[in-house]
Amino acid sequence: MRKKRGFIALTGAARFGNETSMNGRAIIIGAGQAGAQAAQSLRQAGFDGEIVMFGEEAEPPYQRPPLSKAYLQGDLEKERLFLRPLAFYDQQKIDLRRGVAVVSIDRGAKTVATGAGETLSYEKLLIATGAPPRRLSCQGADLKGVFYLRTIAGSDALRPVLSAGGRIVIVGAGYIGLEVAASARKAGLSVTVLEMADRVLARVAGKEISAFYEKLHRDHGVDLRLGAALDHFEGQKMVEAAVLKSGEKIACNAVLVGVGAAPATALAEAADLRIANGVWTDEHGRTSDPDIFAAGDCASHPSQIYDRRLRLESVPNAIEQAKVAGANMAGGNAVYDAVPWFWSDQYDVKLQTVGVSEGADETVLRGDPAAKKFSVWYLQRGRLLAVDAVNDPAAFAISRRLVGKSKIDAKSLADPETDLKSLVS
Amino acid sequence: MPKITYIEHTGKEHVVEAEIGISVMEAAVKNMVPGIDADCGGACACATCHVYVDPAWSGKVGKPEAMEESMLDFAHEPKENSRLSCQITVKKELDGLVVRLPEFQG
Repeated sequence: MRKKRGFIALTGAARFGNETSMNGRAIIIGAGQAGAQAAQSLRQAGFDGEIVMFGEEAEPPYQRPPLSKAYLQGDLEKERLFLRPLAFYDQQKIDLRRGVAVVSIDRGAKTVATGAGETLSYEKLLIATGAPPRRLSCQGADLKGVFYLRTIAGSDALRPVLSAGGRIVIVGAGYIGLEVAASARKAGLSVTVLEMADRVLARVAGKEISAFYEKLHRDHGVDLRLGAALDHFEGQKMVEAAVLKSGEKIACNAVLVGVGAAPATALAEAADLRIANGVWTDEHGRTSDPDIFAAGDCASHPSQIYDRRLRLESVPNAIEQAKVAGANMAGGNAVYDAVPWFWSDQYDVKLQTVGVSEGADETVLRGDPAAKKFSVWYLQRGRLLAVDAVNDPAAFAISRRLVGKSKIDAKSLADPETDLKSLVS
Repeated sequence: MPKITYIEHTGKEHVVEAEIGISVMEAAVKNMVPGIDADCGGACACATCHVYVDPAWSGKVGKPEAMEESMLDFAHEPKENSRLSCQITVKKELDGLVVRLPEFQG
């Protein structure tokens, strides 16, 4: 449905766009999921000027979700991560500059400067710089064997740890931490997860989901410590132990830190663009400079559905936001207000989330967590905010049509006899 | 390598040689067949690689598993022969497979 709306907007852009000439140069900073999508969407909207896309990494745009799962476990070759074959960028005349960073934006001159010493002018610019992991600064944080995970290089570095055996300490029980915990257990490692909060996934999910995943990981042999605060790491060159604030010492061969990500806003800040938990954009993906757009993990946008600004770290958000930004860079006027969604695979369990549950005043549980198939519905004053679906794709698919749209009857929702499909009118 | 034919909604055909072991979705993306978005990259999480399997091939391709079947329920215009192409693995017996693409994904 969202696609259909997007398509109409794209058509409009191609036919009636008049404020942008269709042959200037578009520059895209960041060759991740958002950057790659925006380049394609520019072309789909009829933009036939030059497109130059800068990526700091050696690889062409690729999918990151498998980096903590199939790719980390050695079940997927690197090429299968690539979003498109290299020939695609040639065919679409997208000048992909790999291993080149943009170091500054000059809004007055409408140019960017690269780490390679080049200065290049733009007519339209997209900032799609992503959100690299937050780093720890405690004592021992710079020891060898302390890993972060965001890139192919990061996953490549972590993989030998999984085959070496021993114990890995994972700091943070968010998606990355728990997915790596599952991969490490599958590889036969001993795993200790340290989480400061009193439950896992505290930032993104409700209590029922937390309880389910705590049991899931403990049943798989993970030593899960809640309310556990890390103090520092010990070791000579290699990390040898994690020491908690309580004084307890946990010996380990490696550490994976997954304590969230911070939007990469340095370029935007230096260029004096508006920042609001990420690069500020309006509903068209435009920053405070009308010729500069932003999309993906680095950008925040106004959400009508939630009546506040959101900055989302997810593949679907990167794709949909970049579609809008790309179309609008080509002169369109598309609006981004998609219902967010996410997924996470751990062991044999697939979590699919629709919406953002923060602010919910009522939750309804459907199905049986013990059967590993259930869903949690989050409501606010009777309006559906979000749904977490565990091994329940039907609940996921239905909720994508319901979240943010309608009032929902909590009583009939809670009734196991209610056919979910009857809720979609 | 097995040949797979993808037919766009407009009728335009794309014949590609697909590596054994990858998915029908990946073979399309690798060969730049338009009309398969594959937003989730093959995690069976999004239903944007929906195809209609030519009825002559239904037997060899097989039926979707429960997870995929539920996802298909809410794809755009699902039919009896709908599949998510990320869940079909290319193998020798699928040489000559024909799939049709829906008007749009998701």
